[in-house]
Amino acid sequence: MNERALIDDEHYEHTLRAEHTEIIDRENIVYEKPGTLIDIDMHYCPGCGHGVVHRLIAEVIDEMEIQSEVIGVAPVGCSVLAYNYLNIDMSEAAHGRASAAATGIKRVMPEKYVFSYQGDGDLAAIGTGETIHTCNRGENILFLFINNGIYGMTGGQMAPTTLEGMKSTTSPFGRDVATMGAPLKITELIAQLPGTYYVTRQSVHTANNVRKAKKAIRKGFEYQKLNKGTCFIEIVSNCPSNWKMTPIESNHWLNDNMLPFYPLGDIKVPKNGGK
Amino acid sequence: MKELKLMKGNEALAEAAIRAGCDAYFGYPITPQSEVLEYLSREANARTGMVVLQAESEIASINMVYGAAGTGKKIMTSSSSPGMSLMQEGISYIACAELPCLLVNVNRGGPGLGTIQPGQGDYFQSVKGGGHGDYKLIVLAPATVQEMSDFVKEGFELAFKYRNPVLILTDGALGQMMEKVELFPQQERKFEELDWAITGKPESRPKNAITSLHLKAEKMEEINIHLQKKYREIEKNEIRYEAIDCDDADYIITAYGLVARICTKAAQLARKKGIKVGVLRPISLFPFPYDVINKYADKVTSILDVEMNAGQMVEDVRLAVNGKVPVEFYGRMGGVVPDPEEILKVLEEKLVGVAV
Amino acid sequence: MAKVKGDIIIDIEKCKGCELCIEACPQDSLERSRQVNNKGYLYIVKVLDNCTGCTNCALVCPEGGITVYRKTETGKKQIAKIDNVTQDMNIEVNE
Repeated sequence: MNERALIDDEHYEHTLRAEHTEIIDRENIVYEKPGTLIDIDMHYCPGCGHGVVHRLIAEVIDEMEIQSEVIGVAPVGCSVLAYNYLNIDMSEAAHGRASAAATGIKRVMPEKYVFSYQGDGDLAAIGTGETIHTCNRGENILFLFINNGIYGMTGGQMAPTTLEGMKSTTSPFGRDVATMGAPLKITELIAQLPGTYYVTRQSVHTANNVRKAKKAIRKGFEYQKLNKGTCFIEIVSNCPSNWKMTPIESNHWLNDNMLPFYPLGDIKVPKNGGK
Repeated sequence: MKELKLMKGNEALAEAAIRAGCDAYFGYPITPQSEVLEYLSREANARTGMVVLQAESEIASINMVYGAAGTGKKIMTSSSSPGMSLMQEGISYIACAELPCLLVNVNRGGPGLGTIQPGQGDYFQSVKGGGHGDYKLIVLAPATVQEMSDFVKEGFELAFKYRNPVLILTDGALGQMMEKVELFPQQERKFEELDWAITGKPESRPKNAITSLHLKAEKMEEINIHLQKKYREIEKNEIRYEAIDCDDADYIITAYGLVARICTKAAQLARKKGIKVGVLRPISLFPFPYDVINKYADKVTSILDVEMNAGQMVEDVRLAVNGKVPVEFYGRMGGVVPDPEEILKVLEEKLVGVAV
Repeated sequence: MAKVKGDIIIDIEKCKGCELCIEACPQDSLERSRQVNNKGYLYIVKVLDNCTGCTNCALVCPEGGITVYRKTETGKKQIAKIDNVTQDMNIEVNE
């Protein structure tokens, strides 16, 4: 079967591969994949928020023209292979230790932009100590914290941020707060620390939220140059595969269940507006 | 002009780190090595701009080393036995990602929380890997405060030569005791952009990734084969040992670190009694001087291995001797340091007695 | 009438058929195709010519697979090349 047969005849003009897009004048492009996002297929499940956040990071890096000044750290979790998708220097890290590795990098290369890209299990369970102390030292790095309330890579086990009553493979009857503890609002917790400069919670489940999240990520990078402390951006995200929903259902579920418990918005903003 | 100083082992090591042009030290307090962190906190930053950071745990400090070493700078940490155990996961990552860095273990008596007195119970952990997976550290075992200083410089050189973590395995006694040390001159802290390091991707090169993750089994095997090839190369080039009065010896004592010095004294006492004893001190514990010991085994009647543990290096000595002569073992554990007279007594009972 | 017109190109081989773009499109211009791509997903296609170029679909696309562009009034002939088919093709697209 050749490619031609796969394309609906009547729609072919909208379904061309990216490499065939010379037909469009550059000046007419309103939105395209950022150059820092490498043009290969990502391993994420359909509808996963990771892809959107990766793209936003790449967009911000492109807009700020800082590709040569960014070093990222991706620890164990679904996003451990982020270095395959972002065309920047990156380091993998052990589970939970991304912020320690990022601290090491930033301390010896203070002129660079350093960010860690961590999931909820990584940042709020096994790496809680590193998270709190990195924020408390006010390391001038950016945390990108993807909270989908579940362990994605290992197959849907209960995470520290799993909602009360939410089912996972290790809370098959729903999270019982009496025996499993309550979901951890680590973002509110670290916002209390004097070392944090900008703490916000965003999501990428609708186009508008994507726009807001991008603005937050841009601030997170820009503030690093002020050397005022840690920037921390939580992105409430979905996990269609392990929530056992379609991507659209998962975004609705996120909206109806995650967001009431993890409300969006800035939690700590610079007093002088980040000047 | 020689710069001579009377210094504690831990302080000499810390001073050497500054002089070797180390860029950053990440550590956590633990007896008996806290002086390293204390000395560096006091001296380093003002003198060379070196970064010194007290981490929240040994786990954090080794991962700070992992992150920072990825930039190709000179990075180190130090700890003592329980702290080293905590670091093993990180060390495994560092070894797989082939990051040069310097680690120091001021060994204390174990197992468990153990004691703060000196021990050598971490030999297996140090030379056989320690963490998960097949990897090796280059392990140097100093016996004097002078070597505590010299091996820092040498350790960094080896680490960058082979892109491999180097471990200085010393013990609490050597860390705490004071001796005369000749300090090497201050080296400039200079940064060289290495082609594999993560320093921010310029237009001129493809992106770099520091990783130890290779999901395809074939790729992971390829990495392993590459590592093993490197270790064979290290075994070929970097064996270090000291043979004291071994050439005319009828008996040889094998020991490393401070114990080798005690054994040297015991050997002298033995020679006064007319027993020809030599001491063979492996300096590099990985790579281990198998061939050297094997050759001496042809000349001597028997070998005594002395350690401050239940018998760890003795296994390597036996592998080296390969059954040619008997290898006896004497060890003290839990932080007890043997004295020359007791070693002499063991020597007479176990080796000479058998020989007669 | 000076109505804003836009258009999109979907990289169907990147598409995993998650349909988030379908939900995000205020014009309901997108639909699931009847065929699968090389990955085996029912990819998304644009079925109505009423795109405003709002970029919502591209923003929510986790694969970065949607390019949005402005349609010019004085539409010039645009040529696309498709390789790797039974024979190479040149496609002419009229505005």
